[in-house]
Amino acid sequence: MAERIIVSHPGGIARVEGEGEVRLRISGGRVEDVQLRIFEPPRLFEAFLRGRHCGELPDLTARICGICPVAYQLSACAAVEDACGVEVPAPVRDLRRLLYCGEWIESHALHVFFLQAPDALGYESAFSMAARHGDVVRGALQLKQAGNALLRAVGGREIHPVNVRVGGFYRAPSQAELAPVAEQLHAVRDFARRMIAWTAALPLPDIEEDFTFVALQEPDRYAIEGGRMTTTTALDLGPHAFDGHVVEEQVPHSTALHARLRGAGRYLTGPLARYALSGDRLSPAARGAARDAGLPAVVRNPFRAIVVRCAEILHAVDEALALIAAYDPPDPPAVAVAPRAATGAGWTEAPRGLLWHRYELAADGTIRDARIVPPTAQNLARIEDSVRARVEGCADLGDEALRDRCEQTVRTFDPCISCATHFLRLELDRR
Amino acid sequence: MSARRPTLGVWKFASCDGCQLTLLDCEDELLALAATVDVVHFPEAGPVRPDGRYDLSIVEGSITTPEDAERIAEVRARSRRLVTIGACANGGGVQALRNFADVDGFLDLVYATPQYISTLRDSTPASAHVRVDFELQGCPPDKRQLLEVVSAFLNDRRPAVSGHSVCLECKRRGTVCVMVAHGTPCLGPLTHAGCGALCPSYNRGCYGCFGPAESVGADTGLHRTFYGARRDG
Repeated sequence: MAERIIVSHPGGIARVEGEGEVRLRISGGRVEDVQLRIFEPPRLFEAFLRGRHCGELPDLTARICGICPVAYQLSACAAVEDACGVEVPAPVRDLRRLLYCGEWIESHALHVFFLQAPDALGYESAFSMAARHGDVVRGALQLKQAGNALLRAVGGREIHPVNVRVGGFYRAPSQAELAPVAEQLHAVRDFARRMIAWTAALPLPDIEEDFTFVALQEPDRYAIEGGRMTTTTALDLGPHAFDGHVVEEQVPHSTALHARLRGAGRYLTGPLARYALSGDRLSPAARGAARDAGLPAVVRNPFRAIVVRCAEILHAVDEALALIAAYDPPDPPAVAVAPRAATGAGWTEAPRGLLWHRYELAADGTIRDARIVPPTAQNLARIEDSVRARVEGCADLGDEALRDRCEQTVRTFDPCISCATHFLRLELDRR
Repeated sequence: MSARRPTLGVWKFASCDGCQLTLLDCEDELLALAATVDVVHFPEAGPVRPDGRYDLSIVEGSITTPEDAERIAEVRARSRRLVTIGACANGGGVQALRNFADVDGFLDLVYATPQYISTLRDSTPASAHVRVDFELQGCPPDKRQLLEVVSAFLNDRRPAVSGHSVCLECKRRGTVCVMVAHGTPCLGPLTHAGCGALCPSYNRGCYGCFGPAESVGADTGLHRTFYGARRDG
């Protein structure tokens, strides 16, 4: 069979955060190779953080990602507090969790309705989808707006919040500042609940895969801002053990590093993993709606992650409402964190999955070494496997159909390419 | 206005995506905007058509690779108006911290095999490479200001974005000066307005994420207070 190279969509795969490319090589009717190529320019955060003061980390690392800045801020805080031997009190931790709920709602709403749903319904964008699905798009905008309102009320603004500091917050919001947010969340809650059934009814590809799942877990709640790393291979780790079990490798086709779990290989972190490992700890309403929508206890169809994200949105709404109802402004809003020469590690569940930071500090708090492993970098290699599974045995399909399959598969994982520091364009190489 | 809808392109260079997300965060205005303009290229939202003609191009991110230096020139050539938004596009962004360091050493730190990576020595603003019609400050930019800039350029007028400093915004909202009252170092006197003096309202000093105000010198009267202030842990 003749060799063919087809490059589609110069300018990047649409509706993913950041820009990159999938390269598919087909030879003799077989899929020979799948590469998720990330060549978004490296921004070199881990290098320029050296020599900065650890107190600057929440403001600096937020700039890694405009969609999930809170994840970076809170993972950085957790690592520095670990280095300095400080544990923040429960009310501060609750306020962090509340802030984080806003980010889950905003980020998931963006992905579900603006990035993934147009695929299932055959639209180029949510803008064109609005013509026939106006109620859904308008509801989605209100839902996203409610998440952003929560981020603004606790963090000061929705993108790169200013209120997060090592040890807690600069100022605790008053109950009066949170009350209107609770109203907004109540107003979108029914829409969030209905969207679990709506997404479950979307025409999604029917495909089942085996995944090794990795997610933080807490015994009594759905882990968001902390916990222990657990896996479907029965690991149970603290943050210092992360790099002993996760190996990062550089691959020539990508400016992002690829991760694998020692002894288990490629793995997945994010909504599917969280749901598989602690779905029983979702809010009763989220659990009930997911069950009614026919969602099994472990979802192995990556395309149904859209339903899981909706269940997590409802959970985050319920969690936020409960936290606001019980809210008493922490006083003081932050605990003192005296720097010391030590290495600290910390992690949280970003909307896209486990986000690990480790810092080595000098006695005065200067950063000597920084390591950041974002969820997308952990997932990239596993996403390649799913793209392969999606096109395996379909080599007789036309180029455009293959391109669509590859792109849609990448999109369902909600990769954050800016986070993985890096770039997607689709290149189809047929031999 | 002509009968044809004006065409819009939204472009990403080295950045966090936050600036274009600001556009998607205009939840109340987004659908109206999408109906008013022809969104030709905006990959994050869906349309990918980088070879079109654009009445207005909005650029986020800094120029850090030889390929991106070529790409920004291409975007300029295809655009009637080009507006840069955010600290990266306007000043090189946080990744411009590399400009003061040894970039090869930086690559060695992050990548085991740095020869795979192609990068320029400096992270530079778009204006170092092409003519820019307007620079909207902010990391991220303010939603209202962004909508004002978009609507101004679509209507062929100058945007009404005042270039005064954050100090005036503090006075306007009645926030007590954190530098004078609490001795907290604050970049507000030098920093471009637009955020609504957010940081001082959270009991912290401004850290300058909107870049320099239009006309400030080093001596603002408050600079002595700044140098006398304690370091904010």
